[in-house]
Amino acid sequence: MTEIGLGHYLTLGAIIFSIGVIGIFLNRKNIIVILMSIELILLAVNINLVSFSIFLGDLSGQVFTLFILTVAAAEAAIGLAIIVVYYRNSGTIRVEEINKLKG
Amino acid sequence: MINLELIFPEIFLSLSIMFLLIIGVFKKESSRIIQNLSLIVLLVTAVITFNETIGIEKRYLFKESVVIDYLSSFMKIMTLLAAFIVLVISSNYLRTFKIFKIEYPILILSSVLGMMIMIGSNDLIVFYMGLELQSLALYVLATFNRDQLKSSEAGLKYFVLSALSSGLLLYGCSLIYGFTGSTNFNIISNQLSSEDYVLTFGIVFVLVGLAFKISAVPFHMWAPDVYEGSPTSVTLFFTIVPKIAALTVFIRFLYVPFLNLIDQWQMILVFLSIASMLFGAIAAIGQTNLKRLVAYSSIGHVGYALAGLATGSNEGIQSSVIYITIYILMNLGLFSCLLMMKRNNEYYEEIEDLSGLSKNHPLISISFLIILFSLAGIPPLAGFFAKFYIFKSVLEQSMYFLAIVGLLSTVIAAFYYLRIIKIIYFDKEKEKYDTDHSLWLKFSLTFSTLFILAYFIFPSQLIEFVSRINII
Repeated sequence: MTEIGLGHYLTLGAIIFSIGVIGIFLNRKNIIVILMSIELILLAVNINLVSFSIFLGDLSGQVFTLFILTVAAAEAAIGLAIIVVYYRNSGTIRVEEINKLKG
Repeated sequence: MINLELIFPEIFLSLSIMFLLIIGVFKKESSRIIQNLSLIVLLVTAVITFNETIGIEKRYLFKESVVIDYLSSFMKIMTLLAAFIVLVISSNYLRTFKIFKIEYPILILSSVLGMMIMIGSNDLIVFYMGLELQSLALYVLATFNRDQLKSSEAGLKYFVLSALSSGLLLYGCSLIYGFTGSTNFNIISNQLSSEDYVLTFGIVFVLVGLAFKISAVPFHMWAPDVYEGSPTSVTLFFTIVPKIAALTVFIRFLYVPFLNLIDQWQMILVFLSIASMLFGAIAAIGQTNLKRLVAYSSIGHVGYALAGLATGSNEGIQSSVIYITIYILMNLGLFSCLLMMKRNNEYYEEIEDLSGLSKNHPLISISFLIILFSLAGIPPLAGFFAKFYIFKSVLEQSMYFLAIVGLLSTVIAAFYYLRIIKIIYFDKEKEKYDTDHSLWLKFSLTFSTLFILAYFIFPSQLIEFVSRINII
């Protein structure tokens, strides 16, 4: 049995972070998926911060995590509201159809 | 005992926001009252900031997580005054589109509060909270005309890209925290060891996030769409006010904790700056919509401000601060002109709509001419001096390549500014626009035009104040 150390947590964080970023760029279908990807990015950051905080023996990382959780909730609320407003105007939330503004 | 009077402006502003929200809930038809009260709140906050913090060389609060110095007091006052003027000239536009609601001034106030926190931050947590308060208010502002498809699409795009950039920035913050053991800028700067390549990763992630916020190339793709789609008054807010705060954070983040790692971030900034200057100049040429054109021109101007930051010297920082000040006044004038292009309750924002403006509206046209010449950097207008200081500080550090690219892109950018002037003065005239503009709109146009014209007579006041900013 190997001991689970800081490196493992950081790798997990990096993998979740990459899934989030790739999810935003590869997703061609639905905006809700983008919202989920953003949430994944923030969660990856939280894993990073908490594990650093434990291994450094310093509390401010966990305080930072609590702030991020709060902000993530507010951000998701505003994001959903914007999506609802957009859906009312255009009747679709497919990513490839969001192209009224370009040039 | 800490000196609470130093953050009295922020306390006053946040309490007033809650107070205004309560009025908005309990009083019907209160949008007008709240608009006026918000204007008073902004002015009072500016006065308090001026009284309490100006002249303080450097003071830390809350275990060094907030800093008050020349830079922060100057930038806070600029933010407040710019927000005041934006709010006061946007009321007619909002009435025309029937979006004159209580939320608009309150959202502007809350984003200004976020910016003030950002400007004063000396800690990653405080900085992040300020940034998010600002962005959350800006998402809603971009979508403010919510019955219009373009506005809601602009808000959606801004939300997605801005949330992504906050995520990248946070990841960078977490790496920096992990490898220095603290979120405080001063402690981070003591813990640095230049062999830590993970720290460089952290810096790059945070820089990417910040570059998104000030729309520097290659992270600019949201700017043209959002600027075009949002209501014009919100576009005006976007082009000037968040740039002040983001530039301050750029300065503080690079020069307080990471000054010793300058070799590692200097090239990144030079690249951002060159790319923004060139892209802003070239991509604006084919545009037909004035708001889109302003977006590209602001990308270019951000490039010049970053060139000053890339120098790594106090003179560079000061020249960037002067540049952003003058840029704000020029854009204020430009948008005052745009808000005057109104006929029968409809606003016009295509470049063609300007054709022959000089026949019917000689005064607006001459202001347009002065502002556009100044944006292009033609002496003796203020825009020339702004660029002059930047190039001077860049050349003092012998960064010749940056200076040459900057000068070349000024020449390219002059083309599209001159094209607008040609359209205004020599093309076929169109119908007259309305002339019953509000007093404040006329005032802001006159003020910015006169400032641009007369800056070369009194340049010393601004320089004298800015030269006290000492970060390094």
